[in-house]
Amino acid sequence: MITVLFDGIAYGMLLFVLACGLSVTLGLMNFVNLAHGAFAMAGGYAAVVLSAHAGVPFLLALPVAFLVPAVIGAVLERTLYSQLYGRSHLDQVLFSIGLVFMAVSTAEYFMHSSKQFPVLPEYLKGRIEIFGIGMGVYRLFIIALCGILTLLLQGILVGTRFGSRLRAAVDDRRVASGLGINVGVIFLSTFAVGSGLAGLGGALAGEVVGLDPTFPLRYMIYFLIVVTVGGTTSITGPLIASLLLGIADVGGKYYVPALGGFIIYTFMIVVLLVRPQGLFTRGR
Amino acid sequence: MATVLETVGLEKRFGGLVATSDFNFKLEGGERHALIGPNGAGKTTLINQLTGVLPPTAGKVLLMGEDITHLRPDQRVRRGLARTFQINQLFLQLTPLETIALAVTERMGHGNSWWRPVGSRAGITDEVAEIAGRFHLGDVLGEKTISLPYGRQRLLEIAVAFAARPRVLLLDEPAAGVPESERHDILAAVAELPREVTVLLIEHDMDLVFSFAERITVMVNGAQLTAGTVDEVSHDPRVRAVYLGEADHG
Amino acid sequence: MTKSELNPAVANGLKARQRWHPAEVVFWLIAFSSYFLLPGKHLILNEIAILALFAISLDLILGYAGIVSLGHAAFLGFGAYAAALFAKHINPDPLIGLAFGTITTTLLGFITSFLVLRGNDLTRLMITLGVALLLNELANQLGWLTGGADGLQGVEMAPLLGMFRFDMFGRTAYAYSLITLFVMFLIARRISYSSFGLSLNAIRDNSLRASAIGIPVNRRLIAIYTIAASFAGVAGSLMAQTSQYASLDVLSFEKSADVMLVLVIGGAGYLYGGMIGAVVFKILQDWLSALTPQYWHFWIGLILVIIVLIGRERMSQGVAGIVASFKRKTPAAPGPAAKAEG
Ligand SMILES: Nc1ncnc2c1ncn2[C@@H]1O[C@H](COP(=O)(O)OP(=O)(O)O)[C@@H](O)[C@H]1O
Ligand SMILES: [Mg+2]
Repeated sequence: MITVLFDGIAYGMLLFVLACGLSVTLGLMNFVNLAHGAFAMAGGYAAVVLSAHAGVPFLLALPVAFLVPAVIGAVLERTLYSQLYGRSHLDQVLFSIGLVFMAVSTAEYFMHSSKQFPVLPEYLKGRIEIFGIGMGVYRLFIIALCGILTLLLQGILVGTRFGSRLRAAVDDRRVASGLGINVGVIFLSTFAVGSGLAGLGGALAGEVVGLDPTFPLRYMIYFLIVVTVGGTTSITGPLIASLLLGIADVGGKYYVPALGGFIIYTFMIVVLLVRPQGLFTRGR
Repeated sequence: MATVLETVGLEKRFGGLVATSDFNFKLEGGERHALIGPNGAGKTTLINQLTGVLPPTAGKVLLMGEDITHLRPDQRVRRGLARTFQINQLFLQLTPLETIALAVTERMGHGNSWWRPVGSRAGITDEVAEIAGRFHLGDVLGEKTISLPYGRQRLLEIAVAFAARPRVLLLDEPAAGVPESERHDILAAVAELPREVTVLLIEHDMDLVFSFAERITVMVNGAQLTAGTVDEVSHDPRVRAVYLGEADHG
Repeated sequence: MTKSELNPAVANGLKARQRWHPAEVVFWLIAFSSYFLLPGKHLILNEIAILALFAISLDLILGYAGIVSLGHAAFLGFGAYAAALFAKHINPDPLIGLAFGTITTTLLGFITSFLVLRGNDLTRLMITLGVALLLNELANQLGWLTGGADGLQGVEMAPLLGMFRFDMFGRTAYAYSLITLFVMFLIARRISYSSFGLSLNAIRDNSLRASAIGIPVNRRLIAIYTIAASFAGVAGSLMAQTSQYASLDVLSFEKSADVMLVLVIGGAGYLYGGMIGAVVFKILQDWLSALTPQYWHFWIGLILVIIVLIGRERMSQGVAGIVASFKRKTPAAPGPAAKAEG
């Protein structure tokens, strides 16, 4: 029981790192980026290629898993995404679905369609007992790493000049640009960092769920749930939403496997109906 | 004359801002009533509450004595309360012909009919033609609304509200933003509205208000400053101080 | 201009809206002659007809009423499974099965229509997506009924009208689908020119004003969502019956995305867009998957991206513009004489 809870938390933390970039893109740029999972997949495959094929230690592969999608994200933001900020959500959705399809096929072409896993070092494998509770070392590692990242993010958002500008820009773009804040640079950097985090999440998730080319499609709904349930006005909302989703998903699949994805989909629909602006945001 | 539209203690808050406070106001059947007040006084917000676009925080709206506070906008329209918008709200991809025909059809209660083509019913053609003529839209009936000059769009804005055959018509700055040369058409159309329609007009041009209205209500900061005949209001020193003074440089 | 002078113009303008244009007649002549002129292509033509009907269904909500959906395959798939299960377990007659698939899907549409009333485009996108995923998961989990991931096999249809067997070349199938498409198109066309249809356009353009002229917005949206679901239910039923099979991918996200692309290619809001888009899409798909069998979705994705970057309006004007330019020739309202006077 506790182990399930523990796994759920690890899974939730992963989801948070995977999805927090999307939450910012949506809140800041009002952009529905359904292709967010493609960046996660890019990071995941970077880790697989490095650790499994090139023999690079997993821990060294992680920064690359961050950088690769971050750079791709930055390039795409400047060249393509930025052209679509003012457009309708339908256009944004069509555009990003197009990107997802391209990413899925590209991954299939280069990486084949079977599931692949990054190679973990020995010290991240196995289980340990703490207070008589069995925990996977890797899960513990995920929780620790994602926890640090979350604190770091929160620190940046609350404690730095960039963070306060970012929050100003989320609150009101017109005001922000009126204050002389360079919105373009903020967009670019958040998009890149969000994509990078997704990639890192993808690399970390590789071991847990395995990577295959349909990853962006399979997890799209998870990201959307995190964002819709958590709202886009803070990072605590998505964090709590991720944890709840992680625990519900792991717990649900463990105790009532027959229900499969029902619990989370139903949960999302109900939340959207009751509180379209998200569960953890103040109503407008 | 019977009271057709009445508010009782109407109040609207946006967070801390009180946009309408304890507003009591009456429209008598057939009268020409002007609602004036500086920008931000809450005039549009009042209209929005009368028509059901915004729910009031407190108070009631009565139409012909019936409490309509909790009715949807479309239900109020069907009871005879129509409006125009300060900022155009039109069907940009439709033509004026379609727009007016639709409004007439809806009023006749055939809006739900999904089989018979628009205009296949007796009376619709006549009425659309009458409205198009009245509001000088005859020559642009087949053009997309989005391509009409702004002044024509303003006329259509009134025409479509009029097509609902309202007992009470609320006009929110019908000539707002219209170049001087075209204002006349719009105001003439307003002046020629049939007598059985009760009209509430929001307008900043004082000459126009004085020539059009029989009674005037002055609104400042969400509250009613005063109400009365044109004479009474135009000589009220408070109105001169608060409103007319401001209007000179507003 | 006086009322009596305007009267004929108004009457003509309203009548001209729904008049059949020669281009439409030509379109359908081509469609029906394809049955005789392309005898070796009946299988793909059948798929095109079904996809076209599915696209018309999406057009009814997206193009006419402005409701965006990321999960329209929910109705296609539901109709497909309903028809397939009905044929397998209850009655193999195609027309009875078509009625069953359509009615059950209509019910599903009605129930889920309440979910799309609230919120903005974004919530609608996610709710429709969620509903489709939910159904997909349901079909997956109810393996004893639906065959799960293997698909529903062993569906055998009785001959159409007791006379025409479903042959392996798709001759019966295409005739069946094409006639059904035509009938459904006629209904959609009728709806689109009715006052109900016009009120949907009004809601799409400006729901605030729509309610200010007395249109009960939510009721109309419920109605069209339900109608659109029934159209998709017909398409799904045809799909299952003519292929004698139903599988999870009829409920997949890709199906929902594909039909959006179809509509984007042909242009939304005039019914023909879905059909033209379906032809283009299927030809593209056929060609691309011959070129790179596994990766054809890459090209579909690329097309989507390009279309959006160019601008959907400009893009579909290419197709719709041809149709529209025909339409403009029949005066939609007062002619030049009336214009000169104003
Ligand atoms: N939807 C709204 N939310 C918050 N404040 C509003 C809203 N609508 C109007 N207000 C505020 O209410 C006040 C009255 O506005 P309005 O009714 O438009 O004034 P008027 O029409 O007299 O110029 C203004 O201060 C305006 O900013
Ligand atoms: Mg105003």
